[in-house]
Amino acid sequence: MYKIVSKKEIGPKVHSCEIYAPEVAKNGKAGQFIIFRIDDKGERVPLTIAGTNPNEGLVRIIFQEVGKSTAQLASLNEGDSIKDFAGPLGCPTDIKHYGVVVAVAGGVGAAEVLPVIKELKKAKNKILTIIGARCKDLIILEDELKQESDSLLFATNDGTYGRKGFVTDVLKEVMNKEKINIVYAIGPVPMMKAVADITKEKHIETVVSLNPIMLDGTGMCGACRVTIDGKTKFACVDGPEFDAHLVHWEELSSRLQLFKNLEQISLDNFNHRVECKCRKK
Amino acid sequence: MSQKIRMPERDPQIRKRDFNQVNTGYTQNEMLAEAKRCLQCKNPMCSKGCPVEVDIPVFIKYLSEDNPKKAIKILNQKSSLPAVCGRVCPQENQCERSCILSRNGESVSIGNLERYAADIFAKDNDNNTVIEKNNIKIAIVGSGPAGLTCGGDLLKMGYDVTVYESLHDTGGVLRYGIPEFRLPKEVLDIEINKLKNLGMKIVLNTLIGRTKTVQELFDEDYKAVFVAVGAGLPVFPMAPGENLNHIYCSNEFLARVNLMRSFDFPNFDTPVYKGKNVVVVGGGNTAMDSARTAMRLGAEGVKLVYRRSENEMPARKEEQRHAKEEGIEFVTLTNPVRFIGDERKFVQFVECVKMELGESDESGRKHPKEVEGSNHVMEADMVILALGLHPNPILSSLTKGLNTNTKGHIIIDDNFMTSMPGIFAGGDIVGGDTVIEAMGMGKKAARAMDKYLKNLE
Repeated sequence: MYKIVSKKEIGPKVHSCEIYAPEVAKNGKAGQFIIFRIDDKGERVPLTIAGTNPNEGLVRIIFQEVGKSTAQLASLNEGDSIKDFAGPLGCPTDIKHYGVVVAVAGGVGAAEVLPVIKELKKAKNKILTIIGARCKDLIILEDELKQESDSLLFATNDGTYGRKGFVTDVLKEVMNKEKINIVYAIGPVPMMKAVADITKEKHIETVVSLNPIMLDGTGMCGACRVTIDGKTKFACVDGPEFDAHLVHWEELSSRLQLFKNLEQISLDNFNHRVECKCRKK
Repeated sequence: MSQKIRMPERDPQIRKRDFNQVNTGYTQNEMLAEAKRCLQCKNPMCSKGCPVEVDIPVFIKYLSEDNPKKAIKILNQKSSLPAVCGRVCPQENQCERSCILSRNGESVSIGNLERYAADIFAKDNDNNTVIEKNNIKIAIVGSGPAGLTCGGDLLKMGYDVTVYESLHDTGGVLRYGIPEFRLPKEVLDIEINKLKNLGMKIVLNTLIGRTKTVQELFDEDYKAVFVAVGAGLPVFPMAPGENLNHIYCSNEFLARVNLMRSFDFPNFDTPVYKGKNVVVVGGGNTAMDSARTAMRLGAEGVKLVYRRSENEMPARKEEQRHAKEEGIEFVTLTNPVRFIGDERKFVQFVECVKMELGESDESGRKHPKEVEGSNHVMEADMVILALGLHPNPILSSLTKGLNTNTKGHIIIDDNFMTSMPGIFAGGDIVGGDTVIEAMGMGKKAARAMDKYLKNLE
């Protein structure tokens, strides 16, 4: 069992938890992920490591309530435990001195970009961070991101914070002003694809962290296969980071739709169990 | 000569819609009749055909005297997993093939007898074996058949054995791969619990290489490591459209159903697609397991597409027969060349070609060649690819100095030692193929590790 040592709601339906998992905390690096399973009937869910505290044996995860498992995880409290917590999985980010790094994140992607820019900053890179969200309320981790960035810019769809528009609009402006050595993008597939399209024109190296459906996360099942430069790769072993200009985006989008109907059934069932009081008498 | 007593099986029309065991096991009378068929050869060939060297005539002799308690003692001397072996070993290619009776008729049903003895004492945890502990720590990486066998044998020699498993449950392929109807998970749990009761420590959720390196194991005072991480990385056919939705590798499909219990969704959280027209590609046991599992999930039709003919199929004859009885349609000498999807990228058709057999290749099987112009399509809303696996690369790629061959298998010497002193390997990661082969390697490796450690002292 793995204990939830702290839990905080950092945005609407977005939670930050620290889990006691000393071995994961010791070897976990930026860019890697864990797989958790809440109980004996649970599914295996991958989540990016948002940070580690090896001295106290803690691993930080940040997640949004989207499906049954994340809703159930959100229903647990500090002091509760989850059944399984395996990791670190996948390859770590290649941390080195690039020069000017632009980190682009959409939504909860901000949580995934945080440990990466932290390490890249230590490697003496200049960090320009661009965060996108639908509106101001959905922006998370502003203070922490500011600490790790030389400049922090925002884009919101409704203009309630930063520039009105998309992260790509801000990225274009930055590209006009700065000589960028590498772009690192994490977020929803359409966002990552849009970033890749822009940087490809200008030949700027771009890395994305992909989030396909996974099962074991150790290279055994092939659920997370993605096509990179025409070749099949496994996101859990070869990734999760890939060259954004070589990703087959349409395939990734369609493969993410695979279990949408069943996932909804599972979530509806869970919500019904939580809300329905008749059987609890 | 007396006839072999058939293993009782459940009615195919009923069993093809549930996950209960197909083979129900001998009754006492059936066991006695079969055990008495054994000629008790002076120079038994059967034991020589057993990768874990079970003293077969002796355990059968005790059974024929209706003394299963002594029979299981004999089995346990050599095998840590007799209830598993009795169910999934390809006995027809091993012990039973060497049986003298098979020369002029039918061999003794050694596997069925083994299963009887193991099942009778399944619940019985009569463990009087006192082991003298030597407090030397050994780490086993992977809790599949090779790891459990090696660990179990070292435990019995007195070593302090810890098994590391990357998944959330034990057993490796025995749990995620082999379906409930061939190997009930309860049977597996019982055998693994016996090892735990003997003192085996099992640490789950630990991917050696990532969670902890092999070097860190030595830093924690483990004196030797046995790497049995099994196969990984499924083989894909490299055919256009193979990543369309509802095209699965058999490992994913079977792990969803067996390990994650998705047949009981949404009671269990993990979903699985229940195909109507399912095409399974491959001719091995995994292909049979996939086809029969798809049928049990409610498929209207399941086609098994294999590029050679039935004679070359690597699956056990019994599995092939069971699959056919359950209504799986065998489409042989046929190979998929392209997968065609609908506008949402869900698979709709499989385009295949006819094959013909040519010269024998290095595997001794006839090499299949495409028949030109024989392209045709079959409908499928789900495709399961059971084309084999490449070795899992994680541990070897993250362990400097551990040599692998061009196929990615870890290279071992005659003593199962890798290129790094103190690190041994066995099972699918060194090129093994079956459960029992992995167990055989685990057994021999345990002996070699014991010798190595004694020389260190």
